[in-house]
Order: sequence, then C-alpha cells, then structure tokens
Amino acid sequence: MAPSSPATAAATAVAAVELLTVHLKVKRYDPEHDTKPHWQEFTVERVEPTDRVLDVLHQAKWFQDGTLTFRRSCAHGVCGSDAMVINGENALACQLLVQDVGTNITLEAIRGLPVIKDLVVDMEPFFAQYRSVLPYLITKDEPGYTERYQSSDDRERFDETTKCILCAACTTSCPVYWGNSGYVGPAAIVNAHRFIFDSRDQAAGERLDILNERSGVWRCRTAFNCSNACPRGIKITEAIEEVKRAILYDRI
Amino acid sequence: MKIHHHSYDAVIVGAGGAGLRAAIEVAGKCRTAVLTKLYPTRSHTGAAQGGMCAALANVEEDSWEWHTFDTVKGGDYLVDQPAAEVMCREAIDAVIELEHFGLPFNRTPEGKIDQRRFGGHTRNHGEAPVRRACYSADRTGHMILQTLYQQCVQRDVNFFNEFMVLDVQFNEGRVAGVIAYEMATGDLHVFATKAVLFASGGFGKMFKVTSNAHSLTGDGPGLLYRRGIPLEDMEFFQFHPTGIYKLGILLSEAARGEGGILRNVNGERFMERYAPTVKDLAPRDMVSRAILTEIREGRGMGPNADYVELDLTHLPPEQIDAKLPDISEFVRTYMGLEPKTQGIPIQPTAHYAMGGIPTNVDGEVVIDADNTVLPGLYAAGECACVSVHGANRLGTNSLLDIVVFGRRGGRAMAEFVQTVDHPELPDDPAGEVRGRIERIKASTGTERVAEVRTELQDHMMDKASVFRTEESLSAMEDILGDLKERATRVSIDDKSDIFNYDLTEALELEYLVDLAEVLVVSARARVESRGGHFRDDHTLRDDANWMKHTLARRAEDGSVELDYKAVQGDKYLPMERKY
Repeated sequence: MAPSSPATAAATAVAAVELLTVHLKVKRYDPEHDTKPHWQEFTVERVEPTDRVLDVLHQAKWFQDGTLTFRRSCAHGVCGSDAMVINGENALACQLLVQDVGTNITLEAIRGLPVIKDLVVDMEPFFAQYRSVLPYLITKDEPGYTERYQSSDDRERFDETTKCILCAACTTSCPVYWGNSGYVGPAAIVNAHRFIFDSRDQAAGERLDILNERSGVWRCRTAFNCSNACPRGIKITEAIEEVKRAILYDRI
Repeated sequence: MKIHHHSYDAVIVGAGGAGLRAAIEVAGKCRTAVLTKLYPTRSHTGAAQGGMCAALANVEEDSWEWHTFDTVKGGDYLVDQPAAEVMCREAIDAVIELEHFGLPFNRTPEGKIDQRRFGGHTRNHGEAPVRRACYSADRTGHMILQTLYQQCVQRDVNFFNEFMVLDVQFNEGRVAGVIAYEMATGDLHVFATKAVLFASGGFGKMFKVTSNAHSLTGDGPGLLYRRGIPLEDMEFFQFHPTGIYKLGILLSEAARGEGGILRNVNGERFMERYAPTVKDLAPRDMVSRAILTEIREGRGMGPNADYVELDLTHLPPEQIDAKLPDISEFVRTYMGLEPKTQGIPIQPTAHYAMGGIPTNVDGEVVIDADNTVLPGLYAAGECACVSVHGANRLGTNSLLDIVVFGRRGGRAMAEFVQTVDHPELPDDPAGEVRGRIERIKASTGTERVAEVRTELQDHMMDKASVFRTEESLSAMEDILGDLKERATRVSIDDKSDIFNYDLTEALELEYLVDLAEVLVVSARARVESRGGHFRDDHTLRDDANWMKHTLARRAEDGSVELDYKAVQGDKYLPMERKY
C-alpha cells in the first residue's frame, strides 16, 4: 500500500525556503580583560528558518569571531551542554529553531551560577547539589542472579524524572535559586524523585530527610519556571509537589 | 603556561559508557583519575536510543550462540569470533548488572526486562527476527549513561571534567603518563600513571552528515596514531540508514523494530527486494546501500529526489508514544512533522567507527600483526577495535560493547597496576603539547578551522562514505594532502587561556584530518566490498585475499603505512550474506 499523503507532506517540509538574516545579540564577558559584561551584536546571513539557534551561534563563532564562547556537544537536545537564556527564557540552543524565536535573538548565560566566560558558567555548584540527594539506587537486599522484577505500573511511576539530562535549565530559571544558591534546586529534586518513587529503591526516607532540610523542597514557591524551562518536558513542579506530599504524609 | 603534576595508578580518558563502566570496575582497587573533555553525562552514549542486545530469552526462545552468529555474519565475517563469543555470552550478565545498578528498563507484563526486535538479530541462525534488544523506551543510551554515572557518584570516582587529553608518554616500552589541557584555565596537567584506558569515542565529525556530537573528533585514536600506535580496520565506517534528512540526527532502528517501514517515491516497501526475509530489519550497511541505490536510480523523494521516507503512520499512536517518544519529538522539533500521520524524510548518516585502537578481549592494546601487548595501554568502546563488529556493527551491539569491554578493560587494568611500579617520565613531558598549543596561538596563517573542516566533511561525504571507487578515494587522498597542509596554517582569533574552544577546535581538526587520511588509505587498498566498506569497482567480498584486518601505522615521513593481521576464529565459515 502506498500512502500518498506522507510523501506530499514531507515534500512540503523540505521544499526550498527563503533565507533569513539573523541579528544576534550576545551578552559577553572575558574574564581576562573585562571588568563587567557587555553586549555584542552579530549579523548572520543566509540562515534557514529551520536552522537551530546553535547553528547561528556557530556561524558567528566560526566565521566572524572565534572568541565567542559557549558549550555544546550533541546538537539535538540530549546532552544538555548548551542551556542558555534565549530571548529571556531558558532553553537549549540546539533545540530552538530560528523560525521558533524570530530573527532578533538575544543570548545570555543561564542565571544563578557564576559566569566564567561569555555563555559558559561554573557548573560545579549545580553538580554538587545533584550529588547531595544520593542520586543512585540504594538497596539493602542482595539482588540475586536475575533481574529484579518490577511491574510496568511501578516502572511508569518515576518515568518522567528519568528523562533529566542535567542541563541546569530548570534550576537556573528558578527565582528562589537566584536569590539563594543554598537551595538544592529543581534538578536535584527531580533526581531525588527518580529514586524516591522507584519501587526497587530502599532509601526514600534518607532522601526525604535531606529534602526536608532548610535547603530542600520547602524553598519551592511553585513559580513553574522550571517546568516551562525543561527541554525534556518534565513536569518538574508536579514532581516537587509529590516529594513535598511524601514528606508531609510520610507516604510514597 | 602553568603545568600541574599528579600521580595516579591508572587514568581513564573519556566518561561515556565504556569509561564510566571501567571507572566502576577500578573504583576501590587503585587510585584512578577519569578525564573527560565534557561532563560525564554529556557523553554521546546518552544519544543512543534503541537498546542493548542480550539473549535473556525473556519473551521468546534465544541463545547467546545465536547472538554470536548474528554478530559474526552481521560483521561480514571480519569479526574475531572468540571476542564476539565473549561479548554475547557476557551480555546477559551485563544487562542484569545494569538492572541491579538501577537502570529503568521497560518491563514485560510479568515484570521482567522487556525485549524487542532489532536489525540483523535473528533466531536460529537467520530464520526470522528475534526479540533480543533490552531497552528503555528510545532512550536506552541516556539511561545507561545516567545509571553508570550514578554508580560512579556513589563510589566517589575522581573526575577531572573538561580536561582534554592531548598526549601519552611512554618509557621502557610501557605507559608512563598522560598530558591533559584544562579547559577552565588553559593549564597543562601531567598525570604520571602506570596505565591508561582510552574510552574517548568515535570520530563521525569527519563527515558532513552525521549522528555524532560536535565533540566526536577522534582525539584518542588520533593522538595514539601520532605516537606510533597502529589503527585497525579504519576503512569500515557505519552509515546508519535513518538519519533525519540533512541534519543526520539519529532515528533509532527501533522505529523499524517496532514495525516502521522504509518507502521510496512510489510508496514501495523497497527493502523487500533487497532482504526478502528480514526486510527493513536487515543490517545497517545493507539498508544504507539500498536507500542510496533507490535514490541513485531515481526513486528518491522530495524536490531533489534525494531522500526516502520512514513510515510509522500505520503503527498504533499509543505504541509510538510508549516505545518511540524521543525520536517522535526530534521529528516534530526539527522537521515540523507529525510521525503518527506523516512520513519522515531520512537519509544515511555517518554513525559509528567499526575500526579503532586494536585491543584484545581484556582491553589491552595490541600493536602489531602478532597481537603484541603494549603494557599499560588499554582501550574500550567505540575508539577501540576488539574486533567484535568486524566490517559492520549490528544495532545495539555498541551499548553492549561499551559495558562488556569497559568492565573487562577496567578489571585487567586494575590487576596490571598492582604488578608494576611507576616508570620514569621524560624531562619536560608536556613540552611537545605546550609547543603545539603555542604554535597554534601564535600562528598568523590565513586558514580558518571551520573552513578546512567543512571542506573535509563535504569531500569525505562525497568520496569516502557509503559507495567508494579507486577514483573517488584517490581524489580524496589528493584533497587530504592539501587539507593537511592547510591545517598547519590555521590561525585562531582567541588567544586566551580560559575556555578557549577556538584552540581546542584547531587541535581536534588535526585529529580529524589524520584519521580521515587513515580511513581513505585503508579503504583504497582494500579492493573488495565487505560490510560498511563498499567499492563500486570491486563489488564482491574476496575472502581469499581480504579476509584480514587492516593495520595502519604512521610512517616516519608522516604517510600511512599498511599492514594486515589474521581474523581469529573459524567456527562460523563465511557464507553469502543474505537476509
């Protein structure tokens, strides 16, 4: 059977397109020469509407100014290297297309972590907070020679929070985190949730104790910024609420 | 340039699946430093989608012997059969161990690890596709990477993040040290060590259309090649059939494992003509050639008739949501298409290096045709060539490879370092690296890294990818001569110390150009077609003359010198590769 509609639709999707001129405005900081950040504008020609913001950044770096500095690796939203503030909101530069954000693009480093150079921030505080919630399976029983059984429902219970790629887009979108970097932040809570609600894990209590401290979930003011920022579509605020309820009612 | 000194029993270079699994193995046994030019969780293992095969027989009859046969046949008989047997046998324990580490596999109704079909994996030596791939939706690699990293956090593994390794020092015929460049400061670090395990990944960035990350520039094989270590079977590079048109972003073979179909401009399921038994689930080399043959013969789609479609529209929408959520999102994000109702434009994408640093089954690097071990040097994962993939890797066997041989390499290395002392390091061990960096920073040449790299990628795609000829490969050799010379004349804008990616891209370019040359010279010499290496001018496999591994070594004058070594094992005798 020959489905004709897919072919037509795809042909439209890859048809010739009008090329765009993109105006890129980047908040730059060179720690070896600058005392404070400054804005620099780049004009990038011949951009396809379906080009990624990352592609435009690369055009600017590769062919205009090699000092422009940002992290990136996979370029399709799975490694989490290129989280940045794009037109005021946290996102991955490789996951937004020019047609999604328009031809005037403003880029800044994510907030709440120290800026080292241009769009590169110090990730160490973020990973330290991740490590603080015991982000690994803890079991007291010997597992035996075969896999542990787990029902599909039990597996589904924590599916959402297994998607996290540790890009820090959520944590650095949180107004509470901006004001208090002692807060563990949404990403750490997401990774605690991933184990707290895993039926195989036996250390939920320890993690809930950690998240019940002053640095933990009670700092959350349900601003929902984190959920909006997550490039993996994780319902983070909901996950945080589930952790709060688990602490309050001692039940998971 | 500041130079720091460290002393460790062992160093691991790379923190993807193989590096992390090795790190878990050595944790608590010896003082180990794990160096990665990214953060561990940003390694490209995280981009792997479909699954990891192991003959658990959870959903239907299966055996690791069948898996071994499929691996050997899939690799077009260039596989070292004892190594494939080790991998397929240990696959079962490796998957169980990952589950015990916490990996959230999809489950069967009774709660066991679920399994699904994948290309080239069959029951009873090719009878029919078998459900062998253990998976976690279509983000199995992400789950493996996260799980192994979690285990490393628990074991307090000593990571040096954003450290780019640039050299290895040898003394008394064994490994003595590793030199790394620290991105955050521009400082150099000398790690005195008794052993180093390379797990630095692939080098797909030498091709224009690739599923590989920007970081995959072959630094490990590249720097070892410069130090005289041979590289094995570099002409065998896998093109995955289903990359998103133009972008090369991977759409997992699991899409076809779940029932997806490839169609040409006539809507025809053309794989029925190329592989009557397993159809769309033929091995990747065959499917990629079939796609490009359809396009060559005028049955491609689109304004330029240069792609075919992956059709998932007949699958139940809930199956797509449950089993293929991530790749569906990629299609929506990057193509603006809805895979539940629309065909997906795809083309083959440079995906995986079958070749690499030659090793035995314990991850020890072997440096000649007699498989002589270089003490203290180890490799595992895509950068290594065991060889379990031969001329073409089967889908899912890379995730298996990294876990099985990461563990074996780590274990062997931990045992080795107990038996030896630290060799002396030469005076000024970082001198050469410092010279390289200073030269690039001081260069006033007129070439830009991105221009040379783009030309390399365009030409490699055109002349040395799925179809090759003497003409295309010799033209590519000439071009590489020019590109190599131009690469010595690149200059960079950024002269700073802190996070100088302008500099590291220049360093990466040197490796890409070198490895492309090794690939092309190896491919030009091999006048036969086998697995991922297909010659339009020599279309048949030639077992009488070419059933042997290529070893490419850097000669004194910088040219590529070829040697060959025997393929191990004859349990499975070569036969025509039909599916």
